Amino acid sequence: MNLTLKVWRQKNAQDQGSFATYQVRDISPDMSFLEMMDVLNEQLIAQGVESVVFDHDCREGICGMCSMFINGEAHGPDRGVTTCQLHMRKFNDGDTITIEPWRAQAFPVVRDLMVDRSAFDRIIQAGGYVSVNTMGNLPDANATPIEKHDADAAFDAATCIGCGACVATCKNASAMLFVSAKVSQFALLPQGQVEAADRVRNMVHQMDLEGFGNCTNTGACEVECPKGISIENIARMNREYLKASITA
Amino acid sequence: MSSKLNSRIPEGPVSEKWTKHKGTIPLVSPANKRRIDVIVVGTGLAGSSAAASLAELGYNVKAFCFQDSPRRAHSIAAQGGINAAKNYQNDGDSVFRLFYDTVKGGDYRSREANVHRLAEVSASIIDQCVAQGVPFARDYGGLLDNRSFGGVQVSRTFYAKGQTGQQLLLGAYSALERQVAKGRVKMYARHEMVDLVVVDGKARGIIARNLVTGELERHSAHAVIIASGGYGNVFYLSTNAMGSNVTAAWKAHKKGAFFANPCFTQIHPTCIPVSGESQSKLTLMSESLRNDGRIWVPAELEDAKAIRDGRLKPTDLPEEKRDYYLERRYPAFGNLVPRDVASRAAKERCDAGYGVNKTGEAVYLDFSAAIMRYGQEQANLKGMPNASEAEIRAMGTKLVESKYGNLFQMYEKITDENPYVTPMKIYPAVHYTMGGLWVDYNLMSTVPGLFVAGEANFSDHGANRLGASALMQGLSDGYFVLPYTVGTFLADDIRTGSISTDLPEFAEAENAARARFEGFLNAKGSTPVEVFHRRLGKIVWDKIGMARNEAGLKTAIAEIRALREEFYRDVKVLGGMMEMNPELDKANRVADFMELAELMALDALTREESCGGHFREEYQSEDGEALRQDDQFAFVSAWEFTDNDPGKATLHKEDLVFENVKLVTRSYK
Repeated sequence: MNLTLKVWRQKNAQDQGSFATYQVRDISPDMSFLEMMDVLNEQLIAQGVESVVFDHDCREGICGMCSMFINGEAHGPDRGVTTCQLHMRKFNDGDTITIEPWRAQAFPVVRDLMVDRSAFDRIIQAGGYVSVNTMGNLPDANATPIEKHDADAAFDAATCIGCGACVATCKNASAMLFVSAKVSQFALLPQGQVEAADRVRNMVHQMDLEGFGNCTNTGACEVECPKGISIENIARMNREYLKASITA
Repeated sequence: MSSKLNSRIPEGPVSEKWTKHKGTIPLVSPANKRRIDVIVVGTGLAGSSAAASLAELGYNVKAFCFQDSPRRAHSIAAQGGINAAKNYQNDGDSVFRLFYDTVKGGDYRSREANVHRLAEVSASIIDQCVAQGVPFARDYGGLLDNRSFGGVQVSRTFYAKGQTGQQLLLGAYSALERQVAKGRVKMYARHEMVDLVVVDGKARGIIARNLVTGELERHSAHAVIIASGGYGNVFYLSTNAMGSNVTAAWKAHKKGAFFANPCFTQIHPTCIPVSGESQSKLTLMSESLRNDGRIWVPAELEDAKAIRDGRLKPTDLPEEKRDYYLERRYPAFGNLVPRDVASRAAKERCDAGYGVNKTGEAVYLDFSAAIMRYGQEQANLKGMPNASEAEIRAMGTKLVESKYGNLFQMYEKITDENPYVTPMKIYPAVHYTMGGLWVDYNLMSTVPGLFVAGEANFSDHGANRLGASALMQGLSDGYFVLPYTVGTFLADDIRTGSISTDLPEFAEAENAARARFEGFLNAKGSTPVEVFHRRLGKIVWDKIGMARNEAGLKTAIAEIRALREEFYRDVKVLGGMMEMNPELDKANRVADFMELAELMALDALTREESCGGHFREEYQSEDGEALRQDDQFAFVSAWEFTDNDPGKATLHKEDLVFENVKLVTRSYK
């Protein structure tokens, strides 16, 4: 199929940036979206135009690096996928596709479609861990049984890939889904209990410092999350936060 | 044994070596650790766990990754699980059995002492991860669940659905970020190591390119740890991430670190087949699927042809017209034979004309039997003796979904076919590299002060890695081996003081790196980097892939040398040096792959035997199994970079001594 692409080009963080329009031809429906972008880039290089910069790495939906806003949706029109798993069969011959970076104050553009998501790392630094050093003589892994339901729910929260689609989608650029997924994982496990109050307080504090907006319960983040992280996690984080405020 | 190689294997019985060695390693006091800097390159399982653990001990750590965050490293994509000799299932597992399985699975080309240590610390890894809050799969009693992987007859694999690597890496990443918060680790994301700096014969720093600004930065340390992963992307198409590369390891090789067994590469049997010319990467379907999936092709050639032409559906082919070739050839292990054996068997059937997709390079992985078996089990549990076939199928589908849901979804998104209804199509693809930088028992390379961990070293998997052992090795090296063994080198450095980056060695390395990048930009040729990489990959896959022979390897060497020459003359890289320029970074990586590829061919040519993933067509039994030549080739090939030409590398041999496992022909029949 033949497509028209409107791609955001921005030289660096200081540059104003603008859309450029390109045509690509003979795109196979079996290609992934990023393979289509590869075709575009090879074509641009042949024309002497610098290729479009975008983040990508594993190309199997787990590293969380790819981050395109496609036709107004994070990771494009398909559900439960990252951009690298989006396939061109979801588009039609003759379509015009608009491709933008994540837009959020806390995610400044690095170049073209690539943004700086180090704010997420700093939120994890604020408390997204269990304080245990490497030790050769810890209690046996089976010493504390964990109810299967809780273990499974902790796992579901822990599958967040930190891509930032929730922030890009939210009209307030809130990071509540990301932060609550990590808070929930530990809140559901016995290992996370000891530091639970400090963790939620510190992570929420860092989230606010980074300039993310507030949650107004629109639920858009849950819809666009490629891993299906539930907004129940946000409710759980609010409970944890309240609990921590009362006991403080 | 070459005089340049000292494996430093401790004396004594294999089961006591590590305990004894740990007790005699010189210690560095906490006050002195604060005066010692360590660089860690790569933040996958090995790098993150090493950086976090060393920082906890008190060393000043600088960690580097080329991604935007350490959490992106490709360990995250590991699906199936991690082995540990816990014997929770009471099925006869033990440290010795894990050790034995790994040596045998590696086709007797690994070092006994290292493998035994790996098996010894495996149980501690699970304890550590659970303490960190890693949500492993559990059964209804709340205890940890296990499953089986290829090449073994016990269930020792711990898992978190099909996302075990993700959960383990996020555990190690959390530990790392905790140390970043404390200021014990300085994290350099979007930085790539482009050279190693050697001062007075010791590894004392690196040159790194800041991928955002393009600047070349000098970083010094008392020791450098390379944990930058494997070199599977030399094949262009592989299950590795797009950015995975050999540059850090290759640069170390050119500065004196020997490269061991480069021809030992793993082709994983169950990947989604290649679909088109513009394909950029291949996706793995976890080996865990072979617990429940049965692999087959049509028994008759005309049925295979009818399926390829779209005239026949696989679900319409009756049982007696299917060839479950792994169950037929290897009744003892069936679908759970090791990866090298399963891959070659698939290639054999497809080469014979039984392939089932348009390209003729695919076999079926079928879950229908498992769905019905699990469905019947559920019907029994729920007291439904008269359940209909449709009800049984629905219940079975639900159970299979709970075990492998994310993998099935991934498959459907890529292929647009529903694997619950029609069998998956799979074909072997490059997945892992057993070869890597040569290291001694302390994981130190032939450059003093340069340590190598995880997939980047060669140490534990011989000629073939067993499933669920890569995660085990990465975390073993990082959490439980390096924190001790770096002391063997660093104990002498407590009075050294910080290393100055003004030393001439740093200037020299930085200038060489700059000249190299400028060379790519100034070539002003006509062919993009990607095209060279694709062409290189085709040579390597066709001639240094699943089957190799003398004539093909010699041709490969000539073709690679010609391609390299063309690359430097005709590569086209736009943009500049002092800016973000992914094309320039790619040129730098592909240039190194082109040199490594020649060394792989040379290694494969000189190893005149078949073992594990290295299959030389000249050395096979009558029924097509690999034939080792133990009397001549029971050694590690460690290559020294010589005369500034990968083709002139000097071979050093480390003889492998087997005192605890008897060398026999590997049989899974």
